[in-house]
Amino acid sequence: MEFGDILLAVAIMLGKSLLMLVALLIFIAYALYADRKVWAAVQLRRGPNVVGPWGLLQSFADLLKFVLKEPIIPAPANKGMFLLAPLLMCTLSLAAWAVIPLNAGWAIADINVGILYIFAISSLGVYGVIMGGWASNSKYPFLGALRSAAQMVSYEVSIGFVIVTVLMCAGTLNLSGIVESQNTSLGILGWYWLPLFPMFVVFFISAMAETNRPPFDLPEAESELVAGYMVEYSSTPYLLFMLGEYVAIMTMCALGTILFLGGWLSPIPFAPFTWVPGVIWFVLKASFLFILIAMVKALVPRYRYDQLMRLGWKVFLPLSLAMVVIVAAVLMVTGNAPGVR
Amino acid sequence: MTVTAAFFYLFATITIASGFMVIASRNPVQSVLFLILAFVNAAGLFLLMGAEFLAMILVIVYVGAVAVLFLFVVMMLDVDFAALRQGFLQYLPIGGLIGLILLLELILVVGTYTIDPGLVRSPQVPIPSADVMTNTEAIGQVLYTRYFYFFQAAGLILLVAMIGAIVLTLRERVGVRRQDITKQNARTQETAVEVRKVPFRQGI
Repeated sequence: MEFGDILLAVAIMLGKSLLMLVALLIFIAYALYADRKVWAAVQLRRGPNVVGPWGLLQSFADLLKFVLKEPIIPAPANKGMFLLAPLLMCTLSLAAWAVIPLNAGWAIADINVGILYIFAISSLGVYGVIMGGWASNSKYPFLGALRSAAQMVSYEVSIGFVIVTVLMCAGTLNLSGIVESQNTSLGILGWYWLPLFPMFVVFFISAMAETNRPPFDLPEAESELVAGYMVEYSSTPYLLFMLGEYVAIMTMCALGTILFLGGWLSPIPFAPFTWVPGVIWFVLKASFLFILIAMVKALVPRYRYDQLMRLGWKVFLPLSLAMVVIVAAVLMVTGNAPGVR
Repeated sequence: MTVTAAFFYLFATITIASGFMVIASRNPVQSVLFLILAFVNAAGLFLLMGAEFLAMILVIVYVGAVAVLFLFVVMMLDVDFAALRQGFLQYLPIGGLIGLILLLELILVVGTYTIDPGLVRSPQVPIPSADVMTNTEAIGQVLYTRYFYFFQAAGLILLVAMIGAIVLTLRERVGVRRQDITKQNARTQETAVEVRKVPFRQGI
């Protein structure tokens, strides 16, 4: 390859990444707004309604406020690591979006092991929390970090098994391939949420636990730990933590859309509906999952720590392990297993 | 090709440098973080060779799970480094001797080691060819047919190790109030609440 070609390829890749980043961040800004509005609606409040028409610019006002405030670094903190932690968390959760296909062929990098890449990146998110909690050199952040480490490692196991069941049905680790394998004449009934419904539920709950979302937000439980691992953070570092968290939640929504809700496919597989661009279906489905997660935040009280561990290890792990065996057996007996020669 | 070579040297340099920092750094938490950096760069090297499955598994298993537990333990250790360094000179001769013996053994092994000429070719020309089969599929085909018993034996060994660790650390503490979820869910109003008539000025 000539040097010019390499430069061009790098420039195109940068352009795509930048486009994805900007679109994602604007979407996150409104997801945050929607989150607060849903929460308010459940509690019969109005929610953000002051900045801009219907409060639509609230997230941008918050952004401005965080950026303009003074970052405070506690004296006993380990400075390098204290500032590295939010950067790490934010970068890692954004990096997962490199492989997510928003439409047929719309992924920045359509790699063979896309699902493993997302799984790997999301399992790294815990380092941001642990490093932040440890580097703060203070009691509550450290407790929050410890809780988070145990929680995220536990729920990764069940998410892993959920992914395995879907992979057995799809026969590929490529995210576009998984969506294509759900492309049948049945439309919405042919997606994996129906045959693998128990796994969909396990995935939904584990996704909330994995991203420290209420009712599993024990690492930042305000009634016990003030704000958990984020106690000592202010200004932009705090903003990066919060942004990283919301991006991770959106990643989980996108992953749920790809694995169970047919990605960019139209729910009704004939003419007027298939004309709608796939990316619109994708965004609608991901938003649907996000609204469900926002509702859970408003409706369900926080879990106790031992209940959380029990749910992960004693309920989800055996259930998902059994489902792996059952799905494999059913696929083999009915002769539907893909890729078996 | 040059881009690949540049990335190879980048990843290799960082891997070796962070491997050195694991033993050189004073703070054990920093050591673990350098270990993680070494793992991630090793995954990068795997990617360059086209072994994408191995690269991702390395990150998921070692960085995502094992190193988290390492970090977990190391953070809670309260190590006094001054005390650790006190006996350094005292133990230097024996430590140096062991290191020397290991080095000599390594030189003996590596010096007489010849790589099977059939294997030298395979990184460049993998069998089956990369456009017939993804390497995830290729690993699966080999692991679950030819090496099936070894794979199962490895799994059994891990299971035994896990059970051993659980048995060693399991202890029943008395006097701990633990919630039994089935009992809790089986409670009804009749079993939980008792309505008593309280006679005036007598109590129960």
